[in-house]
Amino acid sequence: MTQDKLIQRVLKPLVWMLCLAPLLGLAGLAYTDGMTANPIEFLNRYLGEWALKFLLSALMITPLKIVTGWAGFTRFRRLLGLFAFFYAVLHLLSYVGLDQFFNWKDIWTDLIKRTYITVGLGAFIILAVLAATSTKNTIKKLGGKNWNRLHKWVYVAGFGGCLHFFMMRKGVQAEPLFYAGFLALLLIYRWLYYLKKQRQRAGKTAPAAL
Amino acid sequence: MLIKMTKASDIKSSEITPKAVFDDRRRFLKTAALAGLGFAAGSIAPSSFANEGRRKKLIGIEPSKWTQKSVGEKLTDYESVTSYNNFYEFGTGKQDPLTYAKDFNPKPWSVVVDGEVENPGTYSYEDLVNPHTLEDRVYRFRCVEAWSMVVPWVGIGLADMFKRFGPKNDAKYVAFETLNDPDRMYGQRRRVLEWPYREGLRMDEAMNPLSFMAVGLYGEELPNQNGAPIRLVTPWKYGFKSIKSIVRISFTKTQPPTSWNMSGPREYGFYSNVNPEKSHPRWSQAKERRIGEFLKRPSLMYNGYGEEVASMYVGMDLNKFY
Repeated sequence: MTQDKLIQRVLKPLVWMLCLAPLLGLAGLAYTDGMTANPIEFLNRYLGEWALKFLLSALMITPLKIVTGWAGFTRFRRLLGLFAFFYAVLHLLSYVGLDQFFNWKDIWTDLIKRTYITVGLGAFIILAVLAATSTKNTIKKLGGKNWNRLHKWVYVAGFGGCLHFFMMRKGVQAEPLFYAGFLALLLIYRWLYYLKKQRQRAGKTAPAAL
Repeated sequence: MLIKMTKASDIKSSEITPKAVFDDRRRFLKTAALAGLGFAAGSIAPSSFANEGRRKKLIGIEPSKWTQKSVGEKLTDYESVTSYNNFYEFGTGKQDPLTYAKDFNPKPWSVVVDGEVENPGTYSYEDLVNPHTLEDRVYRFRCVEAWSMVVPWVGIGLADMFKRFGPKNDAKYVAFETLNDPDRMYGQRRRVLEWPYREGLRMDEAMNPLSFMAVGLYGEELPNQNGAPIRLVTPWKYGFKSIKSIVRISFTKTQPPTSWNMSGPREYGFYSNVNPEKSHPRWSQAKERRIGEFLKRPSLMYNGYGEEVASMYVGMDLNKFY
């Protein structure tokens, strides 16, 4: 089997199933009364955390590619990014439809008065734009350079997601800090890699300048 | 208090299958069957059974005027009251206290009483509780996170207990502290808050007939996750004021520091009376979700206890003293 076929026929379906596993897990928890005495709150937090997990996984792709040297990883980036958006949609729907039960007045008040909700919605809007422009067609339309520039916003969404989580929790809690730390690690890694590349480029051009 | 003489032939209470377990046997079978299939193994440890076997009935409980009838609402079921808790000493997840407080042994227990008081000293749990008749009190319980319950507590009126300590005239406030023991309280290994957890009341609030020192719920000793063996209950204030697992009571001249106020002074005031008008940076306090219900309901000023407590705050700007 060629690498392309391996990705298409084996790995992609496998990753798809993994991406849907949290929903299966949720069904299991619902069946075993594992959603706490406040299932609406539980569902909302569960979906939000998975959105953030998938967003960070999508951001892990490039570092993974560099570390392992396997370019095949990039074939999964869009999939993971779209699943991040998928869980973010469910997370938002659970807030609007279950927690607030479509009370638009209360939702609006939350949006302007509670900063963590404002931040969360900001991150969601970015993800929506990136999801809408994730097709091959838009890449062609926008041109690779513009498209890349637009999709750099994913870092802002990642930062917003982590901030949203941190601000939502009371006190200084470990989990949001863990997510934020992980995001920082990924960004530092990219930055160091970028510096290394720059130095290499400078090294190559230096003799020519002589 | 009733003294129950036991004969050797009596069935020990530990031998009786607790009613909840008996009633729950179908669900237990269902859970066990799933576990057998290896479905989501690990995450389905039947948490509802963690308490069983340790549950101890309290005896000699007298009714009070705060009954389920007077509240006029359904009790929140035992399962929910004992599995959905904020008790950061045992972790920040709602089910963490149930999981991580399982092996916490609250006895023997003692409480230091000091400050502006006639009878300071170290009181054992028995010294504190035995001279009193236990009362049943059904109170609404409103968390600052906008969820609420109705809980049948068992305990002692705080004023009755305090009268024995004899607070001096200089005592304007009372400060409470929770046990600080990271070896026994897993959540204290992280500094989510500055440990020990601290709470406080103005003296008139402490002596208000509503203020209650709980040692049980649903007619049984307090489960560990609910603040065993002794905790405060101030039903007109947000839940975090009702400090758990108390080891120190200090009568002070000045307003004592309190944990959540230290952590976020803009969000949590010293008084923290339930106030639907005063919006919180994180949660609108106008509504709350009663555990077990789908739609939120409007929150009540002083959690519906205005008749008993509103007079204590006359003339105070509640937007400033939140």
